[in-house]
Amino acid sequence: MVTSSSSWARALLQISPYTFSAIGIAISIGVSVLGAACLIGAAIKAPRITSKNLISVIFCEAVAIYGVIVAIILQTKLDSVPQSKIYDPVSLRAGYAIFASEIIVGFANLVCGLCVGIIGSSCALSDAQNSTLFVKILVIEIFGSALGLFGVIVGIIISAQATWPMK
Amino acid sequence: MYGFEAMTFNIHGGYLEAIVRGNRSSLLTAADYNNLCQCETLDDIKMHLSATEYGPYLQNEPSPLHTTTIVEKCTLKLVDEYKHMLTQATEPLSTFLEYITYGHMIDNVVLIVTGTLHERDVQELLEKCHPLGMFDSIATLAVAQNMRELYRLVLVDTPLAPYFSECITSEDLDDMNIEIMRNTLYKAYLEDFYRFCQKLGGATAEIMSDLLAFEADRRAVNITINSIGTELTREDRKKLYSNFGLLYPYGHEELAICEDIDQVRGAMEKYPPYQSIFSKLSYGESQMLDKAFYEEEVKRLCLSFEQQFHYAVFFAYMRLREQEIRNLMWISECVAQNQKSRVHDSVVFIF
Repeated sequence: MVTSSSSWARALLQISPYTFSAIGIAISIGVSVLGAACLIGAAIKAPRITSKNLISVIFCEAVAIYGVIVAIILQTKLDSVPQSKIYDPVSLRAGYAIFASEIIVGFANLVCGLCVGIIGSSCALSDAQNSTLFVKILVIEIFGSALGLFGVIVGIIISAQATWPMK
Repeated sequence: MYGFEAMTFNIHGGYLEAIVRGNRSSLLTAADYNNLCQCETLDDIKMHLSATEYGPYLQNEPSPLHTTTIVEKCTLKLVDEYKHMLTQATEPLSTFLEYITYGHMIDNVVLIVTGTLHERDVQELLEKCHPLGMFDSIATLAVAQNMRELYRLVLVDTPLAPYFSECITSEDLDDMNIEIMRNTLYKAYLEDFYRFCQKLGGATAEIMSDLLAFEADRRAVNITINSIGTELTREDRKKLYSNFGLLYPYGHEELAICEDIDQVRGAMEKYPPYQSIFSKLSYGESQMLDKAFYEEEVKRLCLSFEQQFHYAVFFAYMRLREQEIRNLMWISECVAQNQKSRVHDSVVFIF
């Protein structure tokens, strides 16, 4: 019983999933700055694009909101377990499920934020040159932000099965 | 890794790339050039230019205008934009931007040395120097008598120092040696710039090697044509060609033995990208060659803007501005000398 797998399980049950979700959220918000820098530069020469291109930055923020929502949902799933049942297979499964759900959501948000940031910078630059291009590139950006949504859906499905053993 | 630079480019270079693209959209278009070509006097040109981005630079000039004033003010605008970009840039972009100006530094050095040889005043020469290529100790170039002194007194502190290792001799400076020195320095500069771009990797390396290879080949052709009939031997001529580019090494062997323009044409027509340039000229004519080369260069520079997240857009923008200033100079000269029929001989439209 006292093997490396049990010390992992103990670590899992002791490290709050909040750490993982917090890391995921922080990274995905930070990545939105990549796209915002290009927006600032392009807006100097063509100030008319600022208000429309804030949509790109808002997409990045939406990704961060996904992370917060999943963190809150998973937080409601945390429950106290009696001492004898901490290493029960059922509770181990619940712990792993919550961990996996957070990792999925965190990394999907990271990649989605990266994607939306890059496309957002191209959108700002091309809008500055030719305003008919804005809507066309925005459509591509919408497809990119769907990646974050996929991550949230998969995370919620996995964590829905995380039930703790009865007292 | 080619393809992943998109993830981190915007952190350091995103703002400046956006500024460069904004500046590029303010280059003069064909419609502007047509308006300028219709002008009768230099004041008309000034009026047309004041509607473009050159307005603030030209509006305080009193009439009568000279063509040199127009060119000087336009160059001043380019220098201001360049300095703005240089102050905002981080490594390696700042090194890249500095590399772009070394060519002008070489031209300035040669200008001052030649002028001193012909006993001109140093102040007058300093005013004629290109502002992008100035460095601190440039005025002391007038003191040097031969190349070793030139290097020891002045150039060892400048970025041009490593390019001098190939051309230090103890001979005195005269016209022929100065031209050879200019070309040797430029060859070393191009090769150094090429190596630097290869080290940067990614899209920058790919696009810049194409642009620099075209520059190297164009200089090789110009050196060949200009040295036909002079005392420059074949070996010396071959030493002035750069060690990269489409023509290296077999094209260089053929160019080194050429004795007239038709042989040059024969050597170049084996390379499809240059064949299209030479097919625009009829036999025996070389005046239009410069314009044909400029047109090809402008086409390649405009293509470099099609990709995002690389540094070649900065190089391309500087070159396109310089071409625009050349166009303005030609138009102003034609208008000032009442030769408007020749205006379209040398104006290269950018868009």
